[in-house]
Amino acid sequence: MGFRNIIGRRLGLGLVRRRKPFSTATCDGDGNGNAKSINLYSAINQALHIALETDNRAFVFGEDVSFGGVFRCTTGLADRFGKARVFNTPLCEQGIVGFGIGLAAMGNRAIAEIQFADYIYPAFDQIVNEAAKFRYRSGNQFNCGGLTIRAPYGAVGHGGHYHSQSPEAFFCHVPGIKVVIPRSPRQAKGLLLSCIRDPNPVVFFEPKWLYRLAVEEVPEHDYMLPLSEAEVIRQGSDITLVGWGAQLSVMEQACNEAEKDGISCELIDLKTLLPWDKETVEASVRKTGRVLISHEAPVTGGFGAEISASIVERCFLRLEAPVARVCGLDTPFPLVFEPFYMPTKNKILDAIKATVNY
Amino acid sequence: MANWLRISSRTVANHIKKRMNKGFMGGAVHVNQSSGLWWGLNRGGPVSDRNGRHIDPLAWNRATFLCVQRFKSTLAEKQHDSFLSSDSDDDNQSVDFPGGKVSYTSEMSFISESSQTRVPCYRVLDDDGDLISDCDFQQVRKEVAVKMYSNMVTLQIMDNIFYEAQRQGRISFYLTSAGEEAISIASAAALSEQDIILPQYREPGVLLWRGFTLQEFADQCFGNKADYGKGRQMPIHYGSKKHNFFTISSPIATQLPQAAGIAYSLKMDNKEACVVSYIGDGGTSEGDFHAGLNFAAVMEAPVIFFCRNNGWAISTNVSEQFRSDGIVVKGRAYGIRSIRVDGNDALAVYSAVSAAREMAINEQRPILIEALTYRVGHHSTSDDSTKYRQLDEIVYWKKARNPVNRFRNWVQNIGWWSEQQETQLRNSVRKQLLEAIQVAEKTEKPPLSELFTDVYDHPPSNLEEQEKHLRETVTRHPKDYPSDISV
Repeated sequence: MGFRNIIGRRLGLGLVRRRKPFSTATCDGDGNGNAKSINLYSAINQALHIALETDNRAFVFGEDVSFGGVFRCTTGLADRFGKARVFNTPLCEQGIVGFGIGLAAMGNRAIAEIQFADYIYPAFDQIVNEAAKFRYRSGNQFNCGGLTIRAPYGAVGHGGHYHSQSPEAFFCHVPGIKVVIPRSPRQAKGLLLSCIRDPNPVVFFEPKWLYRLAVEEVPEHDYMLPLSEAEVIRQGSDITLVGWGAQLSVMEQACNEAEKDGISCELIDLKTLLPWDKETVEASVRKTGRVLISHEAPVTGGFGAEISASIVERCFLRLEAPVARVCGLDTPFPLVFEPFYMPTKNKILDAIKATVNY
Repeated sequence: MANWLRISSRTVANHIKKRMNKGFMGGAVHVNQSSGLWWGLNRGGPVSDRNGRHIDPLAWNRATFLCVQRFKSTLAEKQHDSFLSSDSDDDNQSVDFPGGKVSYTSEMSFISESSQTRVPCYRVLDDDGDLISDCDFQQVRKEVAVKMYSNMVTLQIMDNIFYEAQRQGRISFYLTSAGEEAISIASAAALSEQDIILPQYREPGVLLWRGFTLQEFADQCFGNKADYGKGRQMPIHYGSKKHNFFTISSPIATQLPQAAGIAYSLKMDNKEACVVSYIGDGGTSEGDFHAGLNFAAVMEAPVIFFCRNNGWAISTNVSEQFRSDGIVVKGRAYGIRSIRVDGNDALAVYSAVSAAREMAINEQRPILIEALTYRVGHHSTSDDSTKYRQLDEIVYWKKARNPVNRFRNWVQNIGWWSEQQETQLRNSVRKQLLEAIQVAEKTEKPPLSELFTDVYDHPPSNLEEQEKHLRETVTRHPKDYPSDISV
């Protein structure tokens, strides 16, 4: 089954950075039925429509979701399902998540939207101290598994400090929640439906850069993709690359170029960062002996550090080179300096070569 | 433009009045002594007109000579409307803005930071426990009154004995409700079993009312395998699904926005039930208080926000907590109907909660109740409150303003309680509790496997690995680990 790539170009700016949205190299198994070429926000929109259709205890709420949302992910939901189930909330992230926890605790599917991941921090207490511990602390008498928190994350070309952040690492350190990040429209729909239906509270980060620019064939029916299962999206033998979300498309470009130099790269999409699929990554590293992790978030304390430490623990004698990390700088996300801050294809390519030639 | 020429007689009167008015309170007002020694703001006492009816001087100031006095009603005040209406404006015009119509005024005046009088405190029993004549209250049946009183006594004894148990090192921590027994018991008594409770942490009386046994309390405090929480949290962090009492968590005020969500669920289900969420005076400073009340108001959710204003947040007195007239005045800021009640008056609490519950459910709206009280005990077993407050203040409240004594007087005077029953009850509770503690102490702790369950619905592979690894470690170094937890 073939997939289409669409190259996205930013308009109106002198420096055009080409970020090709990612194409799924492997089939999700649901090769049947109708599939339409849609973008990421439409895929998410479809998932939400299906979620509300199939469960009349599902609710979607957050700032501005009623008219369709600032990224159009919630278009049509209020009209179709009514304002009792799809509604705007006051501008208050701790309220959105706290309210969502309460709704979920009563057995509902509470799908909360945080407008930008950069604004999730007021809700951090509710997520860490309440949602993540709700089941455990009650001895399983209560749970808020029906809670899913969605937030757009990541660089967008002009977002600066507060519209570009990748805060996944903070949440990966919290036992009791799950953290999921899709790389493409087809992945997003299936993963989001799984998150919504998973009996644990989940934080779902959507790569905003890909909302309009990533276009892919997405089956129109209701399907789910498994959580905590990483996917090898490109087979290779010389080095394993691990990433998630929008960064995978950059990594894929680096892999393509490395191939021209005779380096065979294996590329893994982690998909779920917490709990993450160590087995798949480990199996790949046992094959290649080298690993490179790339993420937009600052390198220090980023989730790459966890992957690196785990792989070194498990595969030390197999490793031919140190674990490489190609990540954002340890600075607030800058505006005009964004091209310097970002882990670009060439930075990754340089690191691939350095690792292979170690 | 023609409006300029249409000056009403009211407007004329207003102008004249303004020139004559030499300060905030002119003319026919007198000050009454305020009762009670409430800490915090006390700005000169209540104000009433020559007929003895309370006036909000702000409204009076605005009113023209010709305007009728404002009365406080026991239900929603309509003062709100008159405040914003055309009484005080110059040209009687309302103008549209997003959010509705407002009148203009050419008089630049700031709303005072406080009312001249504090919001009065609703009570039904006087300090001695005698019913105040002509009062507004919900009659309580004998069985309910007797159960209320017995529970208050039980709670007192439970607090004393568990506190001692902590001092003896038998449990690691405890928190008493001393001085606030009427709040938890009487509020619980006014609710139905279907109403959902989101406690802060000083409301075990609610659980007690609903039938949580002394054994169940003890089991949680000892964290043994009978604890519904499976030994995971500190003592007093009770939770009971069958009693519709959500598990307590230590962070303050986090339960308030959750209460709004739970209530919204009840609303969706058209349930004949509400949520009651408790918070202390300190907790109202948290962001989640703002979030919770605002969400509940906007979502029109049936929640009762019950604030126990006991004057102290550990060592922080209310004068260091806020500059408002307590908590009750904050309700209006969210569009929430509110009442201030004497938290040490069991009948007043009962009545207020009954009324609030009815409004919350029938009108699908949140209600705010501020119960004024005093925290007689230390904040917890980790606190010695004599370090920051006077011992005679504590003793005064314990002796002269004791809610249990006050209610006892009432039930005794009405013939529903006797000294003999008192003695019997105290002895019996004491005995039962000591037994329960003994049993709880001897009951083994939950097995090690419960360390790893319930983090998620199913343990993920990293936890399975960690459990395996830990068990190997325990086998190698058994002396590092408590022997009362089976591996």
